[in-house]
Amino acid sequence: MTKTTEGPAYNEKLQEKLQTIFQGGHLKYHEKQKEQNKLFVRDRLELLFDDGEYMEDGRFANCEAADLPADGVVTAMGKVNGQTVCVMANDSTVKAGSWGSRTVEKIIRIQEIAEKNRVPMLYLVDSAGARITDQLDMFPNRRGAGRIFHNQVRLSGFIPQICILFGPSAAGGAYIPAFCDIVIMVDKNASMYLGSPRMAEKVIGEKVTLEEMGGARMHCTVSGCGDVLAADEQEAIAEARRYLAYFPANYTMDPPIREKVEAKAGRTLEEIIPENQNAPFDMYEAIDAIIDEGSFFDIKKRFAPEIITGLARIEGQPVGIIANQPKVKGGVLFVDSADKAAKFINLCDAFSIPLVFLADVPGFMIGTKVERDGIIRHGAKLIMAMSSATVPKISVIVRKAYGAGLYAMAGPAFEPDVCIALPTAQIAVMGPEAAVNAVYSNKIEAIEDPKERMAFVQEKHKEYKAEIDIYKMASEMIIDEIIAPSDLRMVLAERFRYYSTKNIPLPPKKHPVYPV
Amino acid sequence: MTEVKAAMAGTVFTVNVSVGDEVEAGQVIVVLESMKMEIPVETESAGKVVSINVNVGDFVNEEDVLATVEA
Repeated sequence: MTKTTEGPAYNEKLQEKLQTIFQGGHLKYHEKQKEQNKLFVRDRLELLFDDGEYMEDGRFANCEAADLPADGVVTAMGKVNGQTVCVMANDSTVKAGSWGSRTVEKIIRIQEIAEKNRVPMLYLVDSAGARITDQLDMFPNRRGAGRIFHNQVRLSGFIPQICILFGPSAAGGAYIPAFCDIVIMVDKNASMYLGSPRMAEKVIGEKVTLEEMGGARMHCTVSGCGDVLAADEQEAIAEARRYLAYFPANYTMDPPIREKVEAKAGRTLEEIIPENQNAPFDMYEAIDAIIDEGSFFDIKKRFAPEIITGLARIEGQPVGIIANQPKVKGGVLFVDSADKAAKFINLCDAFSIPLVFLADVPGFMIGTKVERDGIIRHGAKLIMAMSSATVPKISVIVRKAYGAGLYAMAGPAFEPDVCIALPTAQIAVMGPEAAVNAVYSNKIEAIEDPKERMAFVQEKHKEYKAEIDIYKMASEMIIDEIIAPSDLRMVLAERFRYYSTKNIPLPPKKHPVYPV
Repeated sequence: MTEVKAAMAGTVFTVNVSVGDEVEAGQVIVVLESMKMEIPVETESAGKVVSINVNVGDFVNEEDVLATVEA
């Protein structure tokens, strides 16, 4: 961090200044941090970086002012898993981590350094927001706080951007996590909100606690603004390090490949997947049978759990997995599940992480509630993200893939590199029961004898099932391949190795018109 | 008091417990049928079933309270 300086008096002065800076804010604020199970900003950085080493910039920012060491933010470069990264980290012992003009300038500069060096940018946030007394110097101007968000948008998809939230991220500051690829939140301490509970009470008359309105658990389960809920700061930092290991330094590079690890010992896919299309099972167990043991990094685990999105490795190669979870809400796609999967696909595609879709989906949810929520608009987001992803993508039809569910899960029309069916697969506009009802409802009702009616329905089910038989689909070359479930891991690993040179140019344009 | 709520809109397929039953956390209280799928609805906490608010075949909306369990 700093070297002992010996010699003339001016070195002594320098040393004194640095001591003051490294100490951060007043002792009482350090004690308050400890009471809240929070670490001092420099301790966080030591945990984050390899060997606890980093190189700092802007140490003397606002050093002439009393009680504003480093102006409340540490900006530095260091290594994580051997990879250089840039970091800004609020010091909440200094005016509650609030932003003055130099705080903002430091953050902007470290973002610029990350861009020039094309390395990931981490935001370690613990800040009360703007220093209102300094607003003219830090809020509206060209290099004011707005520029931080502008830079984040500029850097999005260029380099990975990660947010670890240790404390509040208030008002405008809440947009730092919003523009990051991933937000890790510390349970009980982290929060995000545009207006504090006190402000909510004054302005709109609502009485609510911080935890209810903007707490870590709420954001990781209800709003979807948080991705990972960590029990404490150590876990949050460890998760950030683990996450970064799946990513290249920037979009021009390939994600790092690791040593192959065997899949977790357990039941085979044949044992896990029930043949009865309507019976639930746990897709996590199926994922474990496919990926390298211990390689799963679950993103938004608690939010919209009817779809699973996570990073993993298959024989050492990083992949992004999008899987329906039949155990939760039948694996049906909702507004939030579509949103969750769309962002995850965009993330993987930006950094060249191949995609695996594990489809077992009855379709998008129907009914008044979801239509009013705009499920068509949200579904379109998912389909656009999946459709425009140019990384290798493999569609695996695990069981049912009905209706637009087939489309959302990279069905044949969306140019997956291959569409693989397991023998339990069933592809159709809708399931047999619904289809027979839809086509023959008048006829069925017209049959008076219950036995005769039952026989008619069963006959039509049989005909329908023959129509959508998976071997017929393969014969018609709708699907490309049928494999035994227990071969899936091996097949995915082999195919991703072959597809590693994939490069498909899109028609020239600025960007699509996003259906947001 | 724990409210066992419908995770999504659908019809009640089976009611698996009766008023007065002792149930464990994670036990399936009701199975809904929705989108042609069976959707098990579990209680978050253990206790005694004090009310069952639905019958087989009823349509329920997301967040409707299906049953209540008292610790």
